[in-house]
Amino acid sequence: MAIGVKVMKRPGSQTSYLRATLKGMALTFSHLWRPKVTMQYPEEKSSQDWTLSPRWRGTHRMLTDEQGRAKCVACGLCPQICPANCIKLVPGEDEAGNRYPLIYEIDEFRCVFCGYCQEVCPEEAIHVGVHYENSEYSRDRFVYDLERLCAQTHPVSTLWDPSDPKGE
Amino acid sequence: MSVFLVASVIKIVVVFTVIMVGVALLTLAERRICAWMQDRVGPNRVGPQGLLQPAADGLKNLVKEETLPAQADKVLFLLAPTMSFIPALLTFAVIPFAAPLPTPWGDVDMVVANLPVGFLYILAFGSLGVYGIVLAGWSSNNKYSLLGSMRASAQMISYEIALGMSTVAVLLIAGNVTLTDVIVRQSQSLFTWNVFPLSLAFFIFIVAAFAETNRLPFDLPEAEGELIAGYHTEYSAMKFSMFYIAEYSNMVTASALMTTLFFGGWDIPFTTWDNTPPWTTLKTLATLAMFSAKVIFFLFLYIWVRWTLPRFRYDQLMALGWKVMLPLALGYVTVIATAIWFLHDGLGWTYDTRFALALFALNLVLAVPLFFVLDRGRIVAGSMAEGEA
Repeated sequence: MAIGVKVMKRPGSQTSYLRATLKGMALTFSHLWRPKVTMQYPEEKSSQDWTLSPRWRGTHRMLTDEQGRAKCVACGLCPQICPANCIKLVPGEDEAGNRYPLIYEIDEFRCVFCGYCQEVCPEEAIHVGVHYENSEYSRDRFVYDLERLCAQTHPVSTLWDPSDPKGE
Repeated sequence: MSVFLVASVIKIVVVFTVIMVGVALLTLAERRICAWMQDRVGPNRVGPQGLLQPAADGLKNLVKEETLPAQADKVLFLLAPTMSFIPALLTFAVIPFAAPLPTPWGDVDMVVANLPVGFLYILAFGSLGVYGIVLAGWSSNNKYSLLGSMRASAQMISYEIALGMSTVAVLLIAGNVTLTDVIVRQSQSLFTWNVFPLSLAFFIFIVAAFAETNRLPFDLPEAEGELIAGYHTEYSAMKFSMFYIAEYSNMVTASALMTTLFFGGWDIPFTTWDNTPPWTTLKTLATLAMFSAKVIFFLFLYIWVRWTLPRFRYDQLMALGWKVMLPLALGYVTVIATAIWFLHDGLGWTYDTRFALALFALNLVLAVPLFFVLDRGRIVAGSMAEGEA
């Protein structure tokens, strides 16, 4: 007995090695044939047990109106509320006095995906998306400009559960 | 003479290739079976069912950076992987893996070297494998590596004795140290397979073989929780891979040994068709398949046990080796030698199924105290409350 090793003392009738080993081997053998829970990711993206939640907050998407223009009116609320300071907005105005974003960029690396931009947006223009496959070959591709944000097609987050809007 | 040379070269090349491919597939089998036992899927991406995974691993290991610790003993550091790799392969040379193959130049034994002292050769080379591990640990100039290799050598010495003792019983029955004769002796019927007349010897042998190959529950030389990776901590790329290959080829050899010594080698049970001349190619292929099936079973057993049992504590390992395995093996040899002497000289029986069954009955009687008295807290030291029996 090594010095200082604390050993759990058990009654003799409960200690066993050989028989316990055989029991354990029977158990592991039965596990060989059990259904596997692993999802085969690229082929299989959701299963009966697991789908992406509609409240998932992923990379952004800018919604567009019937003419294909961004719904954004450049009010400046989203860069104001953004805790990560990742939204860059330069407002512009056309001849009719309509405001629109000259530059609208989101740095997805700085973004903390809190979803405040979507909550605060009066025009329901900027949204966080139900989407997680964002790989790129270079870092600068992670700054999404307006064109790219409008081109996204993934579903947008509901932010709350529609059947329980107050979170009760 | 030239026929012998050509046949030997062909056999060496074929056996080497088969073992290397087998080892590669074994690494995949290990990972997939382990995954299945844990309700996972395991590597299945490279090739159909992951079959090309070993090739991908090999390629990765070839192109990785080789590291050489500044304070390491360079010569020994480079020598150690080969030292552990070569004995593992050499042992396989004396194992007969099929019935003789008839050729226009006469029957060719399906064994690389049919040594008259095959058995002693195995014991000699079996213990050489630890040199690679010890040298690796020592030359790395790393405390953890050294501790790992010290453990390996202590473990090897402790269990080598029990291993040798358990095989003495096999020699008593075979009356010969040539492995081909050991197989011939076992091939009379199913019950003359040594696992029946010598069940406990097989039990001791398999436990000692697990310890010799440093597989769980005896993988203390590479206990990652305590020793990082043990003796191969400082190795990278292909040199690390060599230790891996050595471990798995040791497993293959140990499985082949269990098959040869206790499970009738290439003998097909329930028939004597396979082990009586005239030899045909069909017989060779059938017995080869039988041998492979048995070896694969034992390889599966290795993997199965590994993913079932936790590792021993070091003092438990030593206590088991010296206080349980050694007395058990010694006592068993005494009992079985007496029994063989009584049956053979006292009653004048020759070795056949009746003889084997009589010994099997004796083994069953001996197994009762092993399973019902020894198993109660006496195998793994210190787990039972004081004063209990």
